[in-house]
Amino acid sequence: MVVGLGHYLTVAAILFTLGIFGIFLNRKNIIIILMSIELMLLAVNINLVSFSAFLGDLVGQVFTMFVLTVAAAEAAIGLAIVVVFYRNRGSIEVEDINQMKG
Amino acid sequence: MIIATFAFYLFAVIAVISGTLVIFARNPVHSVLWLILAFFNAAGLFVLLGAEFLAMLLVVVYVGAVAVLFLFVVMMLDLNTLNFREGFQSYMPIGLAIGAVLLAELVMVGGGWALTPELQALRAMPFDAATGVTNTEALGRIIYTDYVYFFQAAGVILLVAMIGAIMLTHREVAGVKRQKVARQFARQPGDTLEVKKVQTGRGI
Repeated sequence: MVVGLGHYLTVAAILFTLGIFGIFLNRKNIIIILMSIELMLLAVNINLVSFSAFLGDLVGQVFTMFVLTVAAAEAAIGLAIVVVFYRNRGSIEVEDINQMKG
Repeated sequence: MIIATFAFYLFAVIAVISGTLVIFARNPVHSVLWLILAFFNAAGLFVLLGAEFLAMLLVVVYVGAVAVLFLFVVMMLDLNTLNFREGFQSYMPIGLAIGAVLLAELVMVGGGWALTPELQALRAMPFDAATGVTNTEALGRIIYTDYVYFFQAAGVILLVAMIGAIMLTHREVAGVKRQKVARQFARQPGDTLEVKKVQTGRGI
């Protein structure tokens, strides 16, 4: 059985759904939510690379690189905000984050 | 071919399992470690797809930098791991429902699409591995030519993220003596030195 494009897209879809699921499930630890976002970005990257490989177009891999860059920047900023919030409030529970009444 | 198929299923299954355990692990440190395993297996999938450069980039950037950053933060914050499971049951139904809907939508999209026959002509940067150009070289050829502005923009994004993270977490601690070079250079002898005539037999 030859592994085709659909197989890779299935793996990416499962990982993306897991990321969404993680965001909804973990209402206590905001770091797990950040990790779920990383999982979703990884799924998007797998999609881009598999389309790029199967269609023979290199642009998908270039865009994967940019997604990777943005993911790294997002993780750095997000974790910095978490650290500052923990310093101020002593907790990183999602339910405690209501200062802006959002 | 058999080995490639076997490797795909190995990487895919381990990636999905470790992705699941990222969410369900009781300890956040274990979550980070499962995330690292998921990244490694995704890198394996990238190698199978022929994207070696991106696979190595994934290992270096994600495992070497992002995951270690997560690990630092998880270990730095004094987290109470006991009450993380609170509210797990109440959010489970809506999470399952939204996950099921999303997965069904993705499966429908994945089952329904077809490639247009003109696709071969529409490719922006055609790449054929049979020509002998390696993946890294082919990527480098277009990153530094056609996509150089995007590449520079990516660098600026990283710079902004670095400055932002430093600005957010930096704090002035009172009572720390620091060397202020500008003030040292600005000091004049007249500000600090005073010549006094001391008479013999007396102090100042």
